[in-house]
Amino acid sequence: MSDTVHPYIPNSVPEVKQEMLRAIGASSTEELYSDIPEQLRLRRQMNLPQPIAAECDLVRHVMSILAKNRTCDENISFLGGGCARHYVPAICDEVNGRSEFLTAYAGEPYEDHGRFQALFEYQSLMAELLEVDVVNVPTYDWGQAASTSLRMAARITRRSVALVSDTVSPERLGVMMNYCTPALRIIPLAHSRATGMMDLADLKRKLSAETAAVYFENPSYLGSIETEGDTIAELAHQCGALLVVGADPSSCGVMAPPSRYGCDLVCGDIQALGMHMHYGGGLGGFIGCRDEERFVMEYPFRLFGIAETSVPGEWGFGDVAYSRTSFAQREQGKEFVGTAAALWGITAGVYLSLMGPKGMRELGATIMQKSQYAAARLSEIPGVRAPALDAPHFKEFVVNFDGARCTVRKINDHLLAQGIFGGHDLSGDFPELGQSALYCVTELHTQEQLDRLVDAVSCAIEGGECRG
Amino acid sequence: MARAREFHQARWNEPVIFELSRRGERGMLVPEAEPGIRERVGDGVSRLPDKMIRRDMPALPEVSQMRVLRHYLRLSQGTLGADLNVDVGQGTCTMKYSPKVNETFVRSPKTSELHPMQDDSTVQGALEVMYSLDLFLREISGMDRFSFQPGGGSCAILAMASIIRAYHLVHGEADTRDEIITTIFSHPSDAAAAKVKGYKVITIREDKDGLPDFEAFARAVSPRTAGLLITNPEDTGIFNSKIAQFTALIRNVGGISGYDQANANGILGVTRAREAGFDMCFFNLHKTFSSPHGCGGPACGALGVTSELADYLPAPVVEKTNAGTYRLSCDLPHSIGKVRCFHGVFPAVLRAYAWIVSLGAAGLEEAARIAVLNNNYTLKRVTDLAGADAPYAAGRRRIEQVRYSWEQLYRDTGVTSEDVTRRLADYGCHLWQSHHPFIVPQPFTIEPTESYSKDELDEYIACLERVVAEAYSNPEIVKTAPHRSVVHKTDDSWFDDPAKWAVTWRAYLKKHGSEREG
Repeated sequence: MSDTVHPYIPNSVPEVKQEMLRAIGASSTEELYSDIPEQLRLRRQMNLPQPIAAECDLVRHVMSILAKNRTCDENISFLGGGCARHYVPAICDEVNGRSEFLTAYAGEPYEDHGRFQALFEYQSLMAELLEVDVVNVPTYDWGQAASTSLRMAARITRRSVALVSDTVSPERLGVMMNYCTPALRIIPLAHSRATGMMDLADLKRKLSAETAAVYFENPSYLGSIETEGDTIAELAHQCGALLVVGADPSSCGVMAPPSRYGCDLVCGDIQALGMHMHYGGGLGGFIGCRDEERFVMEYPFRLFGIAETSVPGEWGFGDVAYSRTSFAQREQGKEFVGTAAALWGITAGVYLSLMGPKGMRELGATIMQKSQYAAARLSEIPGVRAPALDAPHFKEFVVNFDGARCTVRKINDHLLAQGIFGGHDLSGDFPELGQSALYCVTELHTQEQLDRLVDAVSCAIEGGECRG
Repeated sequence: MARAREFHQARWNEPVIFELSRRGERGMLVPEAEPGIRERVGDGVSRLPDKMIRRDMPALPEVSQMRVLRHYLRLSQGTLGADLNVDVGQGTCTMKYSPKVNETFVRSPKTSELHPMQDDSTVQGALEVMYSLDLFLREISGMDRFSFQPGGGSCAILAMASIIRAYHLVHGEADTRDEIITTIFSHPSDAAAAKVKGYKVITIREDKDGLPDFEAFARAVSPRTAGLLITNPEDTGIFNSKIAQFTALIRNVGGISGYDQANANGILGVTRAREAGFDMCFFNLHKTFSSPHGCGGPACGALGVTSELADYLPAPVVEKTNAGTYRLSCDLPHSIGKVRCFHGVFPAVLRAYAWIVSLGAAGLEEAARIAVLNNNYTLKRVTDLAGADAPYAAGRRRIEQVRYSWEQLYRDTGVTSEDVTRRLADYGCHLWQSHHPFIVPQPFTIEPTESYSKDELDEYIACLERVVAEAYSNPEIVKTAPHRSVVHKTDDSWFDDPAKWAVTWRAYLKKHGSEREG
């Protein structure tokens, strides 16, 4: 790169480079690669685009590409299903943008005390929301959290079958299927076509002495709320299985957390708690449980604990039961642990600190009101059923267009042209639901936007061009 | 001459957030549903059956907004990020500069306000970045296709182990091939993630040069071998010049070789996975490619494979159409499915893209060469210190990092590697003790990267020098450290005793609440 010293590489300055080479008795950097056999050397320059080294040119280049994106804040989005647009308090972005947190990694509990405390607080705040005693430093996402919950249950019960509701998210199920193979067999559990709730007869048929865990999501991927959690817990426990429930923490200010109806391991995603969607990059997974050694010792992830220090009144922090991890014991540890989503954990802690008990309750209530309003208004449109499942729902719900003889695809094309991202098309993953879409409404939607959606859907259907 | 600076980290003695709670304070207000909505649906919550309603409120703290801000800013000041220190002491992790301009790209609504299930036509910018980075990494590695779905290096290792399993399943050999080979100086997850996929793990120990023992490796390879998961250079920083013979042996028995290139910072443009005979590799975009570490993620393990394995990648992948547009494709007949929801951590992809575009081919190679120069310079300086040593391969050059030992220091003074890491905090430095097991006694690992100037490296070494001098003259001050950090030496007995440990504040109150009141 000619003689220009790139701002990211200070020791490219020729005099400095020479001085350092001299200090180590080498004539060139080439000499430092003497252990690499000639046949492995790439003896040509890599074929990459010409660099855009000046920062202002780089900004122009990158922003011109990003300008091609059409975003959820420029449009009205009803996409959910595991990632949704919620309000992100300014302080969340302020804290996770701090150089200290953004660029720290794996320091000791001394110089990185703040990282440990912030993540301990995250665990503690989540524990209050979920009413559990243990929560981990975040893993990748809900899919990973559900997968590991099932494997934890398998190790705790020494069994190898997981019964999984067939209303879980296809994305998460994809993660679970890969992650649990070959240790566990995943058997789907049927749901009621009318309500979306678990088919208890099917559960009873499938529970056996091999069942390690029963897993469902509440609210389900289809938005419906399972009201028979206590019965499911009882049935699972009767045959020695654990109950694992996936929960949306943004619902926990108004909905009973799963621990209240007998859930042993609760898992889910923290994206709703202060993270931008980032095209899916804002996800982070949690697992919560009671403070029992047999549970704690099966976590693969880091668990930060509080402690005293040599100075009275001072809080210290560190790794609880580190010996269970793969960091300590490689393949003899529990599954594996590595870099995942810690910064989002810190951010979710900030979010919950800001929201407090009232904020979480009001958030849940506002979401339920707006979501119910949207469904009620959509159902006024002839041929549209919303919610298509006869059960209470939280922020997501199914909208069915069969009565209007329209395809979701065509309706969504029509909406897109008007700056509305319609609900996710379910007809591929859930063909039994017919032409249905998953709509998601949060506290950010206004009545005016919801009314606009209804008008646009009406218009699409009345126009007739959306017929399947 | 560089000197250890007189340092004191911020010590706010900040309470736990729950201790700041004052009934009635609010940090954030939430929008209420409009009157028209309330009229139509009422309070919303009553729609739930009684037993599903949470009547009480979660016991979250009640804290006003500015106090929350101050609390977390104080905690941030008690965290020594790479932006603040000469962060060369976290070897294997490539704590390089994460350019600030790239944060502006990530924080733009054009990035942050994208939903992963948006119509492809609305995310052409994002897909273009993913597609372009795929092309760049193909050239950098010699692989034929990349997926950005893995949410970190360990997740990428899991994906590699999953592909190994899927490949042998397709070829009817899943039952007979039940072993994966790795090496002791490869990352712990190379062993652990292989075990998750049901494999028996064979770990090859080091030979006298610190490299994986080739004879032992050759004996371990058999028709039961499903694959190899290996780093090169390993944690020692010594390049394994026989690496192509390792992959050839694996290939000869029908196994798959996966290259853990989480850290590839010393060899960009110098040597590639393809020429070394690998079928797969992955790069941690949060290491070599400059995405910040974020206290441990979010991150991306960019996974590349040869064309023979392209159909096994997690779905979807990005394709360019004949019309020049981009789309997500799930047309991967043998796909392992998913290793993370949606498309991975797009911000990491975007930062890596911008970093590569800024440097270009020559700049990438210069980054690697300077990283290696910095490392060998540091090696010379550290091994000149009393009590320090770089075991194995004496006199040979290292690539991007070195695993050192304080064994001599320990013998001379009783000061351990852990003591040194604590004392270095008093000088504003961080030093990592290395992965377990401690094959090298009293280990530490330094990786200077290309980001720090010679003066800064000299300063870091001056800090080491100072602590070594203290160890010989006044070991107590090292053993009882830290003294000028955020907190003092922690009572570790709290962490391994189930009766005592507390992973949350509520668990703390349950177990220790009465002591507290007393």
